[in-house]
Amino acid sequence: MTTEILAPPTPTPTGRRGRGRARTNTLTRQSGLGLGLALTWFSLLVLIPLALIVIQAADGGWATFRDTLTDDQTFDALRLTVEQSLLVTVVNVVMGTLIAWVLVRDRFWGKRLLEVIIDIPFALPTIVAGLVLLSLYGPRSPIGIDVSNTERAVFLALLFVTLPFVVRTVQPVLLELDPEVEQAAASLGASQLTTVRRIILPALAPAITAGAALSFARGISEYGSLVLLSGNLPHTSEVASVRILTYIENGNEAAAASVAVLLLLVALAAILALQLVNRWVARRG
Amino acid sequence: MGIEIAGITKKFGDFVALEDIDLSIPSGQLTALLGPSGGGKSTLLRIIAGLESSDSGSVVIEGNDATRLPAQKRNVGFVFQHYAAFKHLSVRRNIAFGLEIRKRPKNEIKAKVDELLELVHLTQWADRLPSQLSGGQRQRMALARALAIEPTVLLLDEPFGALDAKVRKELRDWLRRLHDEVHVTTVFVTHDQEEALEVADSLVVINEGRIEQVGTPDDLYDKPASDFVLSFLGPVTTLGDKLIRPHDIDISRYEQAATAVGTITRWTRVGFEIRLEVTPEDVLHPEPVQVVVTRAEATALDLHEGDRVWLRPQVGADQVAGH
Repeated sequence: MTTEILAPPTPTPTGRRGRGRARTNTLTRQSGLGLGLALTWFSLLVLIPLALIVIQAADGGWATFRDTLTDDQTFDALRLTVEQSLLVTVVNVVMGTLIAWVLVRDRFWGKRLLEVIIDIPFALPTIVAGLVLLSLYGPRSPIGIDVSNTERAVFLALLFVTLPFVVRTVQPVLLELDPEVEQAAASLGASQLTTVRRIILPALAPAITAGAALSFARGISEYGSLVLLSGNLPHTSEVASVRILTYIENGNEAAAASVAVLLLLVALAAILALQLVNRWVARRG
Repeated sequence: MGIEIAGITKKFGDFVALEDIDLSIPSGQLTALLGPSGGGKSTLLRIIAGLESSDSGSVVIEGNDATRLPAQKRNVGFVFQHYAAFKHLSVRRNIAFGLEIRKRPKNEIKAKVDELLELVHLTQWADRLPSQLSGGQRQRMALARALAIEPTVLLLDEPFGALDAKVRKELRDWLRRLHDEVHVTTVFVTHDQEEALEVADSLVVINEGRIEQVGTPDDLYDKPASDFVLSFLGPVTTLGDKLIRPHDIDISRYEQAATAVGTITRWTRVGFEIRLEVTPEDVLHPEPVQVVVTRAEATALDLHEGDRVWLRPQVGADQVAGH
C-alpha cells in the first residue's frame, strides 16, 4: 500500500481499472488452464450437487421447508446433532491441543506407536468404529458401561471419529514453533502460563480453528459410527443424518433436502464463527 | 561486582560442554566470549541467563546469587541469533512485552517504547510485523525488547551471526555506540575474531569447554597465552619451528641472517596486500611459509615470483613454539 502512495501519479485517470486489467493479464496460458481445470472439477464434485440440494429443497416450496423444520422429531434430531457436535469440538480443542503438545514436545516410550494409533479413527471404516463402540459400551459391555440408546452414545461416537482432526492440524504448527521464542518470553519475565496464553496460543490459533472446524463439520455429518450404538430413538438419540435417511426411505425427498440445506447453513455459520474467533485471538496476542 | 562465575561444569551426556569455569566479568563493560563453534561459549551464556542449568558451580549477578533463580527472575536481557521475534505481535508490542507483563501503567510503557524505538531507529516501523522487517531490523527490535526491561546484564548469543557481511559490520559499529550510551554490562558470544577484537572491551577465549585466555584485545593479540589463541585471533604460519603471523616476517632478496631461505612459489594480490608463499630449502621444515607484505613493500623490495628470499621474524614479533 505504501508503494502505491509513494509512486508517482499514473498518467491515466483510470489508474485503478488499469491495474485491475493488468492483474487479469498476469494469468499465463498454463495457469489459466490450471484454474479452468480446478474450477470445473470443483463445480462437478461440489458446486453442482450443492446447488441441486438447494433446488430440491426449494421444490417443495417454503411450506415444506418450514413444516419439516418445525416438525418435533426433526427439530430434536437437529438440536441433538448440533449440541453434541459443539460439545465434542470443545473437548477436541482442549484434548487435541494437549495430545499434539505431548507428541511434539515430550519424549516417552511408545511415542511412535501413539503417532500411528492417533490416525486409526481416520482410517477405520465408520461402521467398524460403530461395531467396536457397540461391543465396548453397548448392552453387553465387558466393562459394565452401557450408554446405548442415549445421547451419550452420540457424544462418544463423535468423540472417537473426530479425535485426530485438531491433533493433526496443530502438530505441524507446533513443530515449527521455535523454542527460543518461549525462552525469550521467559527471559523477559513471563511465567509459563503467560507464555502459553500470550505467545503459544495465538500462534496455534489458526491451526486449532481449522481443526475445530473440521471436527465440527464431521460431527454434524456423522452417520456410520453412531448409528449402531445410539439406537436412533426419536427425540433422544436420533441425529440429523439418520433423519435425512428416514425421509428418503419414505419418499419425501424435499424434506430430506430441507434438513440437508439447514445442516449446510449450520456448517457455514460454524466456519465463519471460528474465523472470527481466530482473528480475535490473533489481535489480542 | 558484574558477573562472578565459579566452578561451572556442564555435561550433555558424555560430552563435556564446560569444565570447571571460573570467570569474573566486570560491570559496565562489553565482554566477548570468543571461540570456535561447539566450544561451550553459548552454553556458558545460557547458564548465565538461566536458560540452561549447570551441573555444578555458581553464578552471581551484580552481587545476587542467581544460581537457583529461574530465567524469569534474573532480570537478564537475552538476544538470540535467530531473533526469536513474537511473530504475531507488531514491533511496538514486541518491545512492550516485558513491560506489559510487569503491569506497568500504559503511558509509561508507551513513553519507554517510543524512546527505545528511537534508540534502535525503528520508529517508522513500529506498527509493522516482524516478518515485514529485514534481518538487521529484526535484530535491533530484539535488542530493544531485551533493553526494555532495564536488564542488569545484556546477553547476546551470536547476535549478528545470521546477517550478511555488510549489515553485520554496520550493526557491530552500532552496538559499540549503543553500549557507550547505555553502559549496561554486556556479554556477547561470537566465533568471529574480527568482530570480538573490534567491539569488545575485554575478550574471553573459550575452547573445548575451557577458558584459554582472558584479556583486552591488545593483550590477546600481542601476548597470546597459547598457540590456540594466537592462531584463533588471526592468520598464522610456521617459520622454522615457531608459529608467527605472516605480516610479522621480514623478507629480503639479499643474503642476511635468516631463519629460512626459500623461493617465492606463489604470489596473490588481495587489495592492498600481497600474499606470498615461500617454499624453504630446509629439508627439516619443507612446508611453505605464508608471508604478507604491502604492495609498496613488494615494489620497494623488488619481489617477484621465483625469487630466492631470506626470511626472519621481525623485531618484537610474537612467536609461539609450534608443534
